[in-house]
Amino acid sequence: MSTVQDQQDQIQPTADPLPGARGGNPAVELGDVSVVYPGGNVGLESVSLAIDRGEFAFLVGPTGCGKSTFIRLLLKEMEPSRGRVLIAARDIGALPRKKVPRLRRNIGVVFQDYKLLPNRTVYDNVAYSLQVIGESRSEIRRKVPEVLRLVGLTTKLHNYPDELSGGEQQRVSMARAFVNHPPLLLADEPTGNLDPETSIGIMQLLYRVNRTGTTVIVATHDREMVDRMRRRVVELKEGRLVRDERSGLYRPDESTREFVTRLREPSGVAGGN
Amino acid sequence: MRLSFFLRESLRALRRNAAPSLAAFATILITTLVLGVFIPVVRAATAKTNEVRNKIELEVFIHDDATNAEVADLGAKIRAVPHVDRIEFISKAEALAILRERLGKKSSIVNDLPGNPLPRSYRIKLDDPDNVNLVKAALQPVDPQGKKGSISPAIEDIKDREDDTNKILSATSTIKILLASLSALLVVASVLLVANTIRLSVFARRREVEVMKLVGATNWFIRWPFVIEGLMVGFLGGVGAVGLLWVAKKTVVDPLSDRFALIAAPQTIEFQLLVVLLLAAATAVSALGSGLTLRRFLRV
Repeated sequence: MSTVQDQQDQIQPTADPLPGARGGNPAVELGDVSVVYPGGNVGLESVSLAIDRGEFAFLVGPTGCGKSTFIRLLLKEMEPSRGRVLIAARDIGALPRKKVPRLRRNIGVVFQDYKLLPNRTVYDNVAYSLQVIGESRSEIRRKVPEVLRLVGLTTKLHNYPDELSGGEQQRVSMARAFVNHPPLLLADEPTGNLDPETSIGIMQLLYRVNRTGTTVIVATHDREMVDRMRRRVVELKEGRLVRDERSGLYRPDESTREFVTRLREPSGVAGGN
Repeated sequence: MRLSFFLRESLRALRRNAAPSLAAFATILITTLVLGVFIPVVRAATAKTNEVRNKIELEVFIHDDATNAEVADLGAKIRAVPHVDRIEFISKAEALAILRERLGKKSSIVNDLPGNPLPRSYRIKLDDPDNVNLVKAALQPVDPQGKKGSISPAIEDIKDREDDTNKILSATSTIKILLASLSALLVVASVLLVANTIRLSVFARRREVEVMKLVGATNWFIRWPFVIEGLMVGFLGGVGAVGLLWVAKKTVVDPLSDRFALIAAPQTIEFQLLVVLLLAAATAVSALGSGLTLRRFLRV
């Protein structure tokens, strides 16, 4: 998709790559990052990590392991106590507060609880996210139906969130996150509230988004789903990085249909523990 | 596009946040109403006081045994004093005539007087009532020993009407202080109520705010709808108060003003100007309230 490529091209590297970076052009890079919450709780401890452009990575671990801290760091909702966080080779610690909205426009986020506005229709929920960044009316009219077609909600445009199933609500939230074709998509427990069959649909969607060139990072404790996807897995435990595995079975030409067929296969092909 | 979006969002918030908005609206209405009564009353009272002050004149009483030459000399000396606008000589007969006139129906008692006890006098008009003490000092200079002298032996006494004026001044200043402190309290209450309304509105719309932050809306894009909501509450309160004031003016003040000089005082503020002032004040108060909340509760 050309729009994604354009946006990625606009982001010029400004900071030096971190020592030990894997080369290439990482979309997200953490250099020895620690987060200590007020009161002494450790969110992250000396985490160094690089996720390449176009990569699909899982962030796994039990509740409280630092997954959400990781997501909040990337959104600059909080600052690391130590270390550097780089997005598209740009140190976001050095980003002035005024530029934070611009950073967030280049990151799509999906949450477990969808964060939809209950008193607006599906269409308005997605359109709202464009209105508040000052998008023109004609652009909104063009982009919203397009992205709702992508997530398969064309028939539910005028329904309110409470008239939708959980999976459909998460699709709306995905549509909102992806409507601007951000180069980076973060998902915090996107399938946490959904049954396995619906989860497959959401994963399928995340995969489809990833295939357009978007870097996708999914924080989850849905171990089964991770194992079936055979993508990169980063495991955190009590704030420390304990496993970083590139699953071998990465097939770049796998179509969405093949991918789903594989997801529906019986479990047991899993890599890692 | 943006403006219509902000307006839509604010109206939506007003509808959902009706109860606290109504409280803020009512307080602003009352505040504006009090201000709307206060401003013309103070203006009229001040005008009346000035009118009285402008009437201040000095009266120089002359010894009965002063010669005509001394009296004429005194007149010339008074005319030479700075700040004296013009002077008027009152003879004994004229003084008696003035007294008769002042007594009206009871003037017959003057006939019982043995002869005419009233002294001759000069009435002095000043260029500005504030200079009354200057002129008095010039007529009765104080010598280095602190003894009060006089520019002419013909002068018996000098009187002014300062005491009367002081009474009026203190009465009007009491009214001013009372009304001003009442307005100040009401303004504080209005600011706090608007602040509270906006705070509740922020709370009611926290999901929207959260989403706006997530998708990268700028701080002011998030704040504007709240500011507009506050301004609308204030402006509507102001409009309501102006409406009530207009009704009161048409039904009560205008008919009465034919009979009462104070109400009809021409120096009282123009109604149009008053309306503009009140609306500006109501809007400013609500802007202050909104700003207060957004500074504290919407750090984005």
